[in-house]
Amino acid sequence: MSVVELAPAPSSFVPAPDERLVSLSRVRGMGAFLLALAVVMAFAFGLGSPPHAKATFLLSAPPAVGVSALVMPVRWVSVSLAVVCAGLGVALLVRTRQRGSYLVFGLGVVVFIWALLAWAARGNSLNFVAMLAETLVSATPLVYGALSGVMCERSGVVNIAIEGQFLAGAFLGAMLGSATGVLWVGVVAGGVAGALFGALLAFLALRYGADQIIVGVVIVAFCTGLTNFLTQQVLTPYQASLNSPSTFSPVGIPLLDKIPILGPVLFFQNVFVYGAAVLLVVVHVALFQTRWGLRTRAVGEHPRAAETVGIHVLSVRYRNVILGGVIAGIGGASFTIGSIGEFSANMTAGLGYVALAAMIFGRWRPFGALGAALLFGFSISMQSFLAVLNVGIPSPFLSMAPYVITIAVVSGLVGRVRAPGADGVPYSRE
Amino acid sequence: MNLELVGITKAFGQLVANDRVDLSVGAGEVHCLLGENGAGKTTLMNVLFGMVRADSGEIRVDGQPVRFADPGDALRKGIGMVHQHFMLVPVFSVAENIVLGFEPVRRFGFLDRRRAHKEIRHLSEQFGLDVDPDALVEDLPVGAQQRVEILKALVRDARMLILDEPTAVLTPQETEALFKIIRSLASSGRSVLFITHKLKEVLAIADRITVMRQGRVVGRTTPAESGEADLAAMMVGRDVELVVAKTPAEAGDPVLELHDLCVRDERGLTAVDHVSLTVRAGEIVALAGVQGNGQTELAEAVTGLRHVESGSVRLSGKDITNATPRHALRAGVANVPEDRQADGLVLSMSVADNLVLDVYDQPPYAKLGARDLARVRAGGEAKLKEFDIRASSVEDPVSSLSGGNQQKVVVARELSRPIKLLVASQPTRGLDVGSIEYVHRRMVAERDRGAAVLVVSSELDEVLALGDSVAVMYRGRIVGVVPPTTSREQIGLMMAGAAEAQPAAVAVPSGSGVPSRSGAPSGSGSEEQ
Repeated sequence: MSVVELAPAPSSFVPAPDERLVSLSRVRGMGAFLLALAVVMAFAFGLGSPPHAKATFLLSAPPAVGVSALVMPVRWVSVSLAVVCAGLGVALLVRTRQRGSYLVFGLGVVVFIWALLAWAARGNSLNFVAMLAETLVSATPLVYGALSGVMCERSGVVNIAIEGQFLAGAFLGAMLGSATGVLWVGVVAGGVAGALFGALLAFLALRYGADQIIVGVVIVAFCTGLTNFLTQQVLTPYQASLNSPSTFSPVGIPLLDKIPILGPVLFFQNVFVYGAAVLLVVVHVALFQTRWGLRTRAVGEHPRAAETVGIHVLSVRYRNVILGGVIAGIGGASFTIGSIGEFSANMTAGLGYVALAAMIFGRWRPFGALGAALLFGFSISMQSFLAVLNVGIPSPFLSMAPYVITIAVVSGLVGRVRAPGADGVPYSRE
Repeated sequence: MNLELVGITKAFGQLVANDRVDLSVGAGEVHCLLGENGAGKTTLMNVLFGMVRADSGEIRVDGQPVRFADPGDALRKGIGMVHQHFMLVPVFSVAENIVLGFEPVRRFGFLDRRRAHKEIRHLSEQFGLDVDPDALVEDLPVGAQQRVEILKALVRDARMLILDEPTAVLTPQETEALFKIIRSLASSGRSVLFITHKLKEVLAIADRITVMRQGRVVGRTTPAESGEADLAAMMVGRDVELVVAKTPAEAGDPVLELHDLCVRDERGLTAVDHVSLTVRAGEIVALAGVQGNGQTELAEAVTGLRHVESGSVRLSGKDITNATPRHALRAGVANVPEDRQADGLVLSMSVADNLVLDVYDQPPYAKLGARDLARVRAGGEAKLKEFDIRASSVEDPVSSLSGGNQQKVVVARELSRPIKLLVASQPTRGLDVGSIEYVHRRMVAERDRGAAVLVVSSELDEVLALGDSVAVMYRGRIVGVVPPTTSREQIGLMMAGAAEAQPAAVAVPSGSGVPSRSGAPSGSGSEEQ
């Protein structure tokens, strides 16, 4: 049981409502974990590297103004970072308050990743800016997926079918984008594909009160099978005409893309990335500042209360689930016409579920989900860069990293999160 | 607003919940709708509020027939409802809850929070409804939540306000404050339809009274024409004993001893905070308090259903702290849980099986690991007679019984083995007057047989009628143990945490047997720890 330590004073009977409840024993656990990381950093990374090996982090990428690279002696940097990490671990071990513990822990993990990258790039160079830019690209579909989840779950419908909507959007986006030669048609097609499966989920879950998890899983299975089948039967035979869309290329925002380091990461991306940013703000503002958002949240928290003030619960849910499908479908299209330029079977590789995890880790809030998506995006980006550096870790293990991090984050670090009150509960009037 | 309901009939399958009900409420009138649970009051209100469609009958507003397809229609016609279980979104602010569905907006659907606040402030001043628009509803005490509900109706300019069992969760002081609000609403020309089963409140607030029984209107009267006994007889259909007959307690040795008990709730928060309490053989200690002040957790800790963080529970001198429920039960603890349907019965199983849930594996109901179904059946039939349980057969699923008979099954099972301690939580919640009488009599009989009885109840009437002494709980602590002759006001203040027990109130009164007020037992020796 996760509990907060209570002082004996009666005034502490009820803690602040939004306080994240973390037990002190968990804080100690985090401290011990940082100490373990410090040991790895000092011995495996630091003393395990050749004494005079240097790692180079390149910090420039087009179109930004060039910056000189960061060159570090691996052993020296690793050992000093290990000392920092150990210090943070000790700080956690002796803490008597919970507040801020995650921040300290996060700092420790950042220090560890720095040392890991330095070790991986020993005697070699790593384009750090390109890695961050790739982080954003990897995080983009996750942001779309998580926003889709926010739209649905805030109104009380669990959308576990995001993975299926990704596949459908990726498939139809690639096919129509390729057939018409107009990429925007692909984007619209992706949205339509997602909407169709959103509508199916809404229909089965709302009209018939079917279990939303089961319906979602079945939709994913159906989409997987259908896209596999159609890929074999339609795309492969007509590869050149139906499965060779071009891709949106990065567009620089004038002047801003010239900023060193930040420019290539934030302001030299394709329309899917910019679209995600805009959508993020729109969904956030709409959810918390508008009538639509208030009603959506009311329906997700306490549908009966919403009904008694004259709100049509099922209409709100239908609308949100279908809109959520559109968002997930567009996110799916980004897999094909956003970067790779071709649909292949199972290409979304479970990232729909990772998006769902990002939504949960982000506590059902758009910007929380963004943070989580960036974290997962970074782990995806980092494993692909590490694979290129050939660090001696077998590549299957490297590609596991994003999923392992997802599991660790969702099960271990989230603390207590509160889902919308009526999330996943079918609503009936009597 | 002049509201008329004419010939409203609504059936759910076989059950006719409303049978040609007529009701009329005039402008500025406080009209009480009185009836037991299951009399059809709530169904009638759901019809009126558009939540349920009537099979036949007509609703007229100011003489015009209207049809309500959903609550939105009723709201637009100026009818507002405060539901028994509040219809508030806990994580929303007071202001958000009040304007939900009726939001003032600027362009593009943006919420106009400033206008909402202004309107709320204006109305809350006009009617003395004190709320903070920015507070989160889940942080508010129930009394304040109720004011939010009333404001929700007023913001929509409701001319008629339906209050469904509004006092069930209130302390006496909060009830008095609510009555003031109701009077000010009525004097502003609004009509109030007040639904309740509490006789005292009806007499205190009503202009006119309509009594329902088994789906029908069985009487119309006014407080001037009828007294408590008349209303009770109308409601139940026969004369009712409003007083629990019992002799002064003859308390013996301590049976249940709680020492410095600390228990946490599901969220890990302290629910029972260093409580010490003693219940002796042959006495009933009533644990009073507004719901959610740790009574539930305390009862669960005693019966082994909840982990004790620190402190001890002793039964007749033996330590049973953190004993398993089975161990506690075998040691002589009987438990009538708060939610009989969730925790007291297995609803889909037969009456007979439910009667032996505690001893199904023991002789005579089982031999050599096999159940003896003939004996289970025979035993069940004997219990049906002994405890006056109305069921057509012991093989019926217990879910087919009425609430009162379900509770009798629980009571019958718990009292059918030798017990030292009876823990009964909200033992009469939702029961009709007849069943309440019966359950109370059984509990007093158990006491007279020499058992210790701990009754947890949020109904002040029940606490004062049953208890030989009254322990009041507030925020996880026992703020005082007082004799049941203590005034309702004093206990009400203690329930609200406003007053500690005054030393004078704990003095043992003489056990003279003179009733101090209607419905109260004779003053008996209050047993202090």
